[in-house]
Amino acid sequence: MSRSRKVVIIGNGIAGITTAKHLRKNDSEAEITVISAESKYFFSRTALMYVYMGHMKFKNIKPYEDWFWKKNRIELVFDYVNDVNPAGKTLKLKSGDSLNYDELVIATGSRPRFYGWPGQDLDGVQGLVSLQDLENLERRTPPPLSGNKARMRAIIVGGGLIGVELSEMLQTRGIPVTMLVRENTFWGSVLTGDEGKRIGDHLLSHGVDLRLNTELKEIKGENGKVKSVITTSGEELPCDLVGITTGVRPNIEFLESTGIECDKGILVNENLQTGIDSIYAVGDCAQIREPREGRRPVEPVWYVGRMMGEVLGQRLAGKSISYLPGPWFNSAKFYDIEYMVYGNVKPKPDSEQTHFFHELGENKFITVAYHPETELFQGINSFGIRLRHPYFDKALREKKKVGEVIARIEKANFDPEFYKKWPSDFKKAFEKETNIKLPQSLLKKLISS
Amino acid sequence: MRDKLLKSVGMALFVLSSFAFIALTFFVNINFDNKDLSDLIEPKHQFFANEVSTLKPAPPVWMVSDLSNAFDNYAQSIEKQNGISDKKLEGIAEKLASDPSNYNEEFIEQNFDDSFVQDRLKENTGWMIGRTWNSYEEFEKNFREKVVDVNRSVVTEYGIGSDQSDNLIPKLMKVGAAEWLKTGLIAWLIFGLGVLGGVLYALPLSFKHKGIHNDHIFHNKSQTRHYPAIIVFICLVGFYIVLYQFPAYLTNQIVLLKPLAEKLAGTASDRWFLYGFLYTISMATMGFKMMLKYRGNQYQQVRTLSVIFFQVAFAFTLPQIMTAFQMPAYDLKSAWPLEYTFFFDYRVDQYLNEGTLGIFLFGWGIALFAIGVPLLTYFYGKRWYCSWVCGCGGLAETVGDPYRHLSDKRLTAWQIERWLVHSVLVFAVFMTVWVAYTTFTGTSELLGLSSYSVRSVYGFAIGFVFAGAVGTGFYPVMGNRVWCRFGCPLAAYLGLVQRFKSRFRITTNGGQCISCGNCSTYCEMGIDVRWYAQRGQNIVRSSCVGCGVCSAVCPRGVLKLENKAEEGRINDDPILIGREGATLNL
Repeated sequence: MSRSRKVVIIGNGIAGITTAKHLRKNDSEAEITVISAESKYFFSRTALMYVYMGHMKFKNIKPYEDWFWKKNRIELVFDYVNDVNPAGKTLKLKSGDSLNYDELVIATGSRPRFYGWPGQDLDGVQGLVSLQDLENLERRTPPPLSGNKARMRAIIVGGGLIGVELSEMLQTRGIPVTMLVRENTFWGSVLTGDEGKRIGDHLLSHGVDLRLNTELKEIKGENGKVKSVITTSGEELPCDLVGITTGVRPNIEFLESTGIECDKGILVNENLQTGIDSIYAVGDCAQIREPREGRRPVEPVWYVGRMMGEVLGQRLAGKSISYLPGPWFNSAKFYDIEYMVYGNVKPKPDSEQTHFFHELGENKFITVAYHPETELFQGINSFGIRLRHPYFDKALREKKKVGEVIARIEKANFDPEFYKKWPSDFKKAFEKETNIKLPQSLLKKLISS
Repeated sequence: MRDKLLKSVGMALFVLSSFAFIALTFFVNINFDNKDLSDLIEPKHQFFANEVSTLKPAPPVWMVSDLSNAFDNYAQSIEKQNGISDKKLEGIAEKLASDPSNYNEEFIEQNFDDSFVQDRLKENTGWMIGRTWNSYEEFEKNFREKVVDVNRSVVTEYGIGSDQSDNLIPKLMKVGAAEWLKTGLIAWLIFGLGVLGGVLYALPLSFKHKGIHNDHIFHNKSQTRHYPAIIVFICLVGFYIVLYQFPAYLTNQIVLLKPLAEKLAGTASDRWFLYGFLYTISMATMGFKMMLKYRGNQYQQVRTLSVIFFQVAFAFTLPQIMTAFQMPAYDLKSAWPLEYTFFFDYRVDQYLNEGTLGIFLFGWGIALFAIGVPLLTYFYGKRWYCSWVCGCGGLAETVGDPYRHLSDKRLTAWQIERWLVHSVLVFAVFMTVWVAYTTFTGTSELLGLSSYSVRSVYGFAIGFVFAGAVGTGFYPVMGNRVWCRFGCPLAAYLGLVQRFKSRFRITTNGGQCISCGNCSTYCEMGIDVRWYAQRGQNIVRSSCVGCGVCSAVCPRGVLKLENKAEEGRINDDPILIGREGATLNL
C-alpha cells in the first residue's frame, strides 16, 4: 500500500490556510501540515489593530475554533523553517527536526519594507505586519486606559493603509502621531488628488499631524533607543516610536541557496508553480511571471492571498484550475471613512482614462474612471458609501460602457437601509458634467413617452 | 478632560441614585402609628389592627417579618379562642379511648360548641365516622391531622388566613410607608438623578466623530466579566428575585410612584408598575446612549427610536390609560407565546366580559400570532418584532448593548441554543393546550395533569427564572440576548418562519470580507457571521434578530440586511467573486 501524499505548507496566513482548507475539502486522503513560527493557530492579520484597540481579543480574530484543525486533519506545527532542500524534498526546522514533503507550498507572506535609513535598527523602530510586531507595539506603548503619562510621541513614516491603521491604534492610547508622507496628497500613489486631499483633511480632523511632501532621512537614538527623526527638510522631530509603513516586501531570504527562482518574490506561473515542479508559492511572497491585464506581479493584499489559496488547494487536489484573477478590487478604512475600489482608477487621469469625481455629502465621495473615447467603464473608487461587488465585477468583465454602469447604479447601492439615497443626484450630476447621456430603462422610456 | 469629567459625574450620579434606591429598603421606616388601616382590616379584626398600629417602626427589611409575625400571633390567638385546643383533644381522648368507633356526628355536636367547628369536623372527618379502628392511636393520629386543617379553617373564618395575610402584607406596607415618599418629589430625585447620570455618561459620545467606536470594550472591566460586571450581575438577579418572590421589600420604592400611577391609571402603584417604569426609563436613557453611539448609522437610529416608542407608548402608557378607562389593560404588541398568559382563564374571561372591545382585543391577540407573525416575518424577517417592537428585545438593544460581545460564538453554544429554544417552544405550546382546555371547558385536568400546575411550573421556570432573572440578570456575564436566544418561544417561532419562508437575509458583498471578526464578536445572538461572510455566503439564520450591528461594525462594508426575492437567498456553495471560477487550464 502506498502511503498518502504529504503536502507541507510553510506559513499559516490567509494564503497558506486557504490552500490547506481547499485541499482538504477536495481530497480527504492527503496528509496536510502547516508550519508557522508566528502563531500556532490561524488568525486574521487585518484584524490585529482591533486587538490593540480593544475591539476584540486575540481569540476573536481567529476565524476558526481550535478544534477545527484536528477535525479536518490539518496538522499545525509551531516552528520556523531554516532551510529547504528541493532535491531531497526535505525541510530543516529551527527546532532541529526535519520534515519530508511530496509537495511544498510556500506562503510565507511579507514584512515591512525598510529603506536602509540610518538608525532603522534602533529599539522603537517597527512596522505592523506580524503578531510579533503587535506584541512589540504593546510592549513599547502604555497599557490601555492608563493615559499617556510618559508623554510618548510617535512618528509614522508612509501614508497608506497600514499607516492610517497604526495612527488610529496609537491614538487610542493617547499617543500623538505625526505622519510623514512623501507625496503632496495622502496616499498619492493610489488615490486621486481630490480623494487624497479629503482623506488628508479627515486625518487632520482626527488630530493627526500630517506632513505632506516629507520623507524620513535619519532616525537618531540614545542608548540604542529612538530619540528623534530627521526629515528630508532637515527638521528634527523628537519621538519614542517610529512606525515604518512604507509598504512590504516578500519573506524569501530563507530560500536564497535553494535554487528556487526568485525576483522580488518567488516566481510562479499561472498554476502557482515555481521553477521546481513540486514547489508552489501563494500570497504576498509570490510573484506572477506574466500577470493578466490590469494586475501587478506582486499583490500583497488579503484577497489575492485567499484567491491564490483557493486555486492552489483545488489544484493540489487534482482539479485543473489556474489562477486567473478577475477585475481588481480592494477595500480599506481611513478612520471613519470606508473605502472600496473596483477596477483600476489611476491617481491621475490621462489620455487613456477620464475621471468623474463627485461629492455626495460629508466624507462621502466617488470617482468613476472611464476611457475618454470608447467610454468603457474602467473602475470606481468609493468613500463613505458602500457599493456592491458583484455589480461592478460583472460590469468590468462584460466591458460595459460607463453610461450603462451609472444608469443602474442604484442597483449597486450597498448602504444600510434608511441611509440617504444618493444615486439619483449622482446620476444627474454625472450626466451634466460628463455630457454622457445615460441610457434609460425601457420602463422609463414607456412612461416618459 | 471634559469627557472624563462628564463620564465620572454621570457614573457618580447613577451610582448615588442606585444606592438611594436600594437604601429605601434598609433605612426608611414603615410606620403604622396613626395610619388608617380600616380599608384593609375589617372592623371585626380591630384587635389585630391595634397590634399592627403599635408595631415599632422599622424599614421594610425588618417590617415584612414583623408583620408576618403579627399575623401569626393573631392566628394563634384566634385558634386558641375558637379552634380545637390541645386540652380539648385530651378530653376527646378520654371519651373515645375505649372505643373510637363511637365517634360520630352526634359526638361532634355534643362535644364541640362552635357550629362552624362542628361543620368543618363533619366535613373533614366524615370518613372517620363508623369505621373500625385497630387501636385508639390509629384513630388519634388521623384525627389530629384533620384537626390541623379544621383549625386552619377557623383562622380563616374568624381571623385572617394565611392566603389573605400574604396578600395583605404588601398592601399594609404601602399604607405604612412614609408620606414624604409618596409625594413624587423623591421619585424625581432618585430616578431623575439616575437618568441624568446616564445622560451625562453618554454625552461624550456626541463629541466624537460620527461612526462606531468600540475602543477599549475588551479593556473595560465592567464589560469583560470582571468584578464590576459581577456586581451588576448580582444586583440585577437580586432585583428580579425580590420583585417576583418578595415584593413587599420593595414597598418604599413602589410608593414613590404613587402620584404617577394615580395620574395615568387612576390606581395605586404596585410592583409591576414600578418594574414597568424602571424598564421604560432605563430603555429610554440607554436608548439615548445607543443613538449617540451609532450616530451616522440611520438604521440604528430609526430602530432604536422604534423600540423606545413601543415601550413607552404600547407597553407602559397605553395599558395604564386603558385601566383608567375601565378597560382591560393590554399591551397590543405582546404576542403569544411570549405572552404566555394569553389563554389563561382569567384573561379570556376578562376579554369576553368586556363586550366589543374585549372581543376585539382577544381577536387582535390571536390574529397577531396567527397572521401577523408569519406574514410580517415573511416580508421583513423576525427583526420586525425582535429588534423593532419587542420589549425584551428593546431592553437588550439599549440597556444590554454594552454587553452584546459577551454572547458565546462557539458551535457548541449554537447546538445548545437549538435544543433549548425549541424545547421551550414545545413546552409553551403544551402548556397552552392544557390551559386553553381549562379555559374553554372549565375542567382543570386533562390526561391526569392539572393545567394549573402546568402553568405554574411554566410561569416559575420560564416566566420568572428564564425570562427575568436569567434573561436580564445575565446581561453582564452572558450577553444581552440570553433569553431571546436560548429561551424565547416566540423567537423560536419567528425563527422557524425566517429560516424557511422569508425574504430577509444578510447579503455578503462578494469577496470583500477580510475575516476580521468584528461581525461575529458584536453579534448579540452569538451567530458566527464571519463563517458565512468569508465564504461569500448570505447569512440566513433562524436566530438572527436583524439588529444590523454586524453590518454597522464591518470595516469593509461587507454586510447588508435586505428583504428581497427568495431566489438566491440561500447560497450554500458560493463562489467568491474576484477570479475565474471555471476550470481553465492553459
